Amino acid sequence: MSVKQERRNFIGLAFGAVAAVGGAFSLVAVKKTWDPLPSVKAAGFTTVDLSPMKDGEMRQIEWRKKPIFILKKDANMAPNDKRDVVVGDSRYIVAIALCTHLGCIPEWRASKQVFICACHAGEFNVDGINTFGPPPRPLDIPPFKIDGTKLVLGETGPEYEKLVAQA
Amino acid sequence: MAQIRKSTGIIDWLDQRIALNKMMKVLVSEYWIPKNINFLWAMGVILTTLFVLLLITGFLLMMYYKPDINLAFDSVNYTIMKEVEYGWLWRHIHAVAASVIFLIIYIHTFTAIYYGSYKKGRELIWISGMLLFILFSAEAFSGYMLPWGQMSYWAAMVITNLFGGIPVIGDAVVEWIRGDYAVSDSTLTRFFMLHVCLLPLVLIAVIALHFYTLRIPHVNNETGEEIDFDVEAEKYLKGDKANAKVIPFWPGFLAKDFMYIGFFMIFFFYLVCFHFNFAMDPINFEPGNPLKTPPHIYPEWYFLWQYEILRGFFFDIFGFSAYNIGLIAFAFAGIALFFMPIYDRSDVVAPAHERKGFFVWFWLLVIDMIVLTIFGKLPADGVTMGISNSWIGFYSTITFFILLLVVLPIITTLEKKRGGK
Repeated sequence: MSVKQERRNFIGLAFGAVAAVGGAFSLVAVKKTWDPLPSVKAAGFTTVDLSPMKDGEMRQIEWRKKPIFILKKDANMAPNDKRDVVVGDSRYIVAIALCTHLGCIPEWRASKQVFICACHAGEFNVDGINTFGPPPRPLDIPPFKIDGTKLVLGETGPEYEKLVAQA
Repeated sequence: MAQIRKSTGIIDWLDQRIALNKMMKVLVSEYWIPKNINFLWAMGVILTTLFVLLLITGFLLMMYYKPDINLAFDSVNYTIMKEVEYGWLWRHIHAVAASVIFLIIYIHTFTAIYYGSYKKGRELIWISGMLLFILFSAEAFSGYMLPWGQMSYWAAMVITNLFGGIPVIGDAVVEWIRGDYAVSDSTLTRFFMLHVCLLPLVLIAVIALHFYTLRIPHVNNETGEEIDFDVEAEKYLKGDKANAKVIPFWPGFLAKDFMYIGFFMIFFFYLVCFHFNFAMDPINFEPGNPLKTPPHIYPEWYFLWQYEILRGFFFDIFGFSAYNIGLIAFAFAGIALFFMPIYDRSDVVAPAHERKGFFVWFWLLVIDMIVLTIFGKLPADGVTMGISNSWIGFYSTITFFILLLVVLPIITTLEKKRGGK
């Protein structure tokens, strides 16, 4: 090993070290470029008034570009404290309307009282609990806060925390 | 510095500066191809031709395409199809070529399996080829999103959702890939970047690598004969062209390949002009709508076998959820053929019809993949010949993995013990 060779090795190592540090920072920057924009994140709240809903009525609204099922339970539907959102003296099923298998939108069949996902024949009962097919878990409940007769999706209230704790 | 003298002509002028003659020797005129090959060895050149067609039509489409969820659908279905002179032609060539290129890729791949062109020094050709298959799949999927029809949107939704299956960080990864809570404008623009810029660049680089990996082991031949290319090339260059077992890539091999390209182009433009609809899904002529799922979501024909493997498991096994098993099976199916050189324990390089067990195995695999493809298109809740489609899908999926992971190693080990065929 001549002196010259050692100098060159040092130059090579120094260059490599600087390039590696620069490369690492660049990767972080590239990762963050792919992140959702602040404007996208800020648009994540939706408020819905539940008071006009009739017993047994099914509504579909949009939250964070996802469809949300809101079903007001009627007397024939058994209460389920693990899934129901209780507002006043009514019970509602609030769920993200995306099949937990691959994210298609299931269809509410009022006659059979089930949600059916056409893509892979998954089924969910009235409470949004998976009863047949590939879906791995019940329909997800979006974070919500109860504000009088209104439901604020995107914020978390104590009722939501309780449901999640039971899940 | 070379001694530059007055040149005798344009070729000589270039030759003095960039060693043109030497380069042509290295690239084509002294790159040797065996004589005993058939039309299946023309698939590589046909694929190259299709890729060039896709590239050129892609440039023309890009002049009018608008990567924006409010503009994309009309820029394709109105501007390109109705206003741009010959826009319909570029779109149909692009769509049909995208579909047909997969047909030829499958023929090309199964040719390599049939003749044992993935082992004994040819492993890197095989691996770079499989890498191209994965890249073409990504290219096809990202391109499928761009017209922003219903099938574009929901295919994107389903495929990006698959990443949710990654343990712990799954949901975060899905949001990160989409750049939003759902598939949206930011998703479209990044996939546009992938489809028209990054992936084509990587594809071109890997195609170049694929060509280079052929250089040392050379292409295989119909009988699996081990040719000493140096000796045979020597014969050819000495003028004994009749007895040499090889011909140069150009003019010998490529001239005949042009004939095959000619035949193929007749077939191809017949499809483009009279049957372009097979590459156009009717559901995709409805603009993408996040709040309405099409009744039946399925991918293009070339992904159906993998899609069927994804949904082949519909019940839990030993506490593993159907969802996770399907996902792992799907991910593995995509890369399963990468490991052909490992599954095949025998050193014999010969066409399948000279390897009894392997021959049967080969056709079983082909039939199984065709069955998977057919059932990937049918609704999951249907019934065929008294058996539910879900169960047929399940058994075909199991068959696929058993053929590759169990049957092939066993028959090739036995072949090795018998000392050959």
